[in-house]
Amino acid sequence: MSKTLYDKIWDEHLVHEQDDGTSLLYVDRHLVHEVTSPQAFEGLRNSKRQVRQPNLTLAVADHNVPTSDRSKGIADVESKLQVETLEKNCKEFGIKLFGMNDKRQGIVHIIGPEQGFTQPGSIIVCGDSHTATHGAFGSLAFGIGTSEVEHVLATQTLVQKKSKNFRIKVDGELSIGVTSKDVILQIIGKIGTAGGTGYVIEYAGSLISSLSVEQRMTICNMTIEGGARAGLIEPDQKIFDYLKDRPMSPKKDDWNKALDYWSKLKSDNEAKFDKEITLEGKDIMPMVTWGTSPQDVISIDEKIPNPESETDEDRKNSIERSLKYMGLKPGTAIKDVKIDKVFIGSCTNGRIEDLRDAAKIIRNKKVAQHVYAMVVPGSGLVKQQAEQEGLDKVFKESGFDWREPGCSMCLAMNSDKLKPEERCASTSNRNFEGRQGRGGRTHLVSPGMAAAAAISGSLDDVRKYQS
Amino acid sequence: MQKFKTIKSIPAYLSIVNIDTDMIIPKQFLKTIKRTGLGKNLFYEMRYNEKGNPIEDFILNTKPFNKSKILIAGKNFGCGSSREHAPWALLDFGITCVISSSYADIFYNNCFKNGILPIILPDTKIKELSDYSKRKEEITVNLEEQKITYGNNETTFEIDQFKKKCLLEGLDDIALSLEKNPKISEFEKKLVANKPWILND
Repeated sequence: MSKTLYDKIWDEHLVHEQDDGTSLLYVDRHLVHEVTSPQAFEGLRNSKRQVRQPNLTLAVADHNVPTSDRSKGIADVESKLQVETLEKNCKEFGIKLFGMNDKRQGIVHIIGPEQGFTQPGSIIVCGDSHTATHGAFGSLAFGIGTSEVEHVLATQTLVQKKSKNFRIKVDGELSIGVTSKDVILQIIGKIGTAGGTGYVIEYAGSLISSLSVEQRMTICNMTIEGGARAGLIEPDQKIFDYLKDRPMSPKKDDWNKALDYWSKLKSDNEAKFDKEITLEGKDIMPMVTWGTSPQDVISIDEKIPNPESETDEDRKNSIERSLKYMGLKPGTAIKDVKIDKVFIGSCTNGRIEDLRDAAKIIRNKKVAQHVYAMVVPGSGLVKQQAEQEGLDKVFKESGFDWREPGCSMCLAMNSDKLKPEERCASTSNRNFEGRQGRGGRTHLVSPGMAAAAAISGSLDDVRKYQS
Repeated sequence: MQKFKTIKSIPAYLSIVNIDTDMIIPKQFLKTIKRTGLGKNLFYEMRYNEKGNPIEDFILNTKPFNKSKILIAGKNFGCGSSREHAPWALLDFGITCVISSSYADIFYNNCFKNGILPIILPDTKIKELSDYSKRKEEITVNLEEQKITYGNNETTFEIDQFKKKCLLEGLDDIALSLEKNPKISEFEKKLVANKPWILND
């Protein structure tokens, strides 16, 4: 019987299946961070259980770490305790940890691929919904809760029921100034924030194959914003080249065996998908969100929608609530919306190519006087690479703040946050109420669009600044 | 885990759709290393003003809904982050049953790990129940019979039978999976032979 890539990875990891389909799956790679793990380790201690395969788990502190000078440690007492608890737990249970001052430290979804920990055909989980990122490598990667983190630590398996298959094909080419961030925002706008609930999404089509590895990660990363726990892409030569010689990639003989296995990972031609949609590259424009859900998205040329023209009562109420929170009026051109802050970073857009994209726009230009703009590299290694290329100077000369790596203002758990009613052009993934700080107003955009907004002082079209 | 059998409570209705986990428990409360104590911060930004004083007309701040064990909410409840702090906050507040027309997958699963029953009903039934909640009368949720009773009416709901069993008996699923230890070991043996790079590197 023909199978999808998801079906194949599922079958390969099946340890046991009950009659009702409830399955026990083997987990190849487990990532851990400080926020969703303390209660899991506590659970192990309370029930006197061990970690089954400590080598298959990699830990890093990212959510709580300061992005300013770290030599003084963490000022916030609770954040400090959480990071120290992770250190203590990793030591006790023999788990590898990249400490706060390790240059490999960074956002968990940036360092997995960077280290070669993320591999095609594997099942990768983490107590974090943006684990979907790793699907860019043709792995089945999804977020789990803390009880499940404990389950993985104790058994190296997870209890799951199978999802349905959803294929999203994107064909053609991207226009200048349009990125994979715009592709995924357009997809979420089209299917809605619950459009993928109950499904695993496979992204396919000529445009998807033409994307770089890092661009693919941006797409898979935001799969969860469309409701699907996992999104994946068939691995190809670009993926294999990316992984070759990474510190945790297979070595010597194992590399050849792995490559042989990875090369066969694809959906069969006749495989059946329960749901399918197709998009054309030429129809995708630079996108920006106007509301408080990632599905509230329009292209930069459009106007903010009017709730009165909605027939669905729930949708109408939800638009009204969003506009009130965002302090916006229906019919306003989104380009006329003035901003206060710019955030470039996060597991969605904190990689080297994202920084290059933004630097290209900002070079020899200045951040608007009323705007505070910051760049937070996704990891210590991304920061190092950017500095080698002189990108830090480009950003600093234009007036950007150049920070230390971490999750930062994507979710504002550290001290990087918006004040009430402050408006931000952000390369992160969620524009939820209060996400970047209580009362803060988030507009999700690509790195180039964030740079354009920094220069103009209002949301703007990146294509204006393309040379 | 606490067993879930039958509960009786006046349900509170929150009419918003797409309630995300950032709304259920904002990030400033994720710094805890415990599972308990989050109830007072449930729906924090809707429930308290900037000075930290309760917003009087928010449903869970008004009597009798401040004691509700059942929450009725708009569709796609619990979307966004995987934080289990969301069900922990509901549980700590006293809510052990949520009724909505749909849930985000991760939140839905997290509920079952904490003895919370998330019920899925069609929109028409949600409308009926939310209207009924205005009467401030108790309704009964019976998991064994998969039945909700409100006044003289009742409605049934569907649920995965294995998940139902785990809730009814308060089963620890790690213990259940550890019973499969021989199978896991067997799987790992094959892994070493067929995909040596998984355990080697």
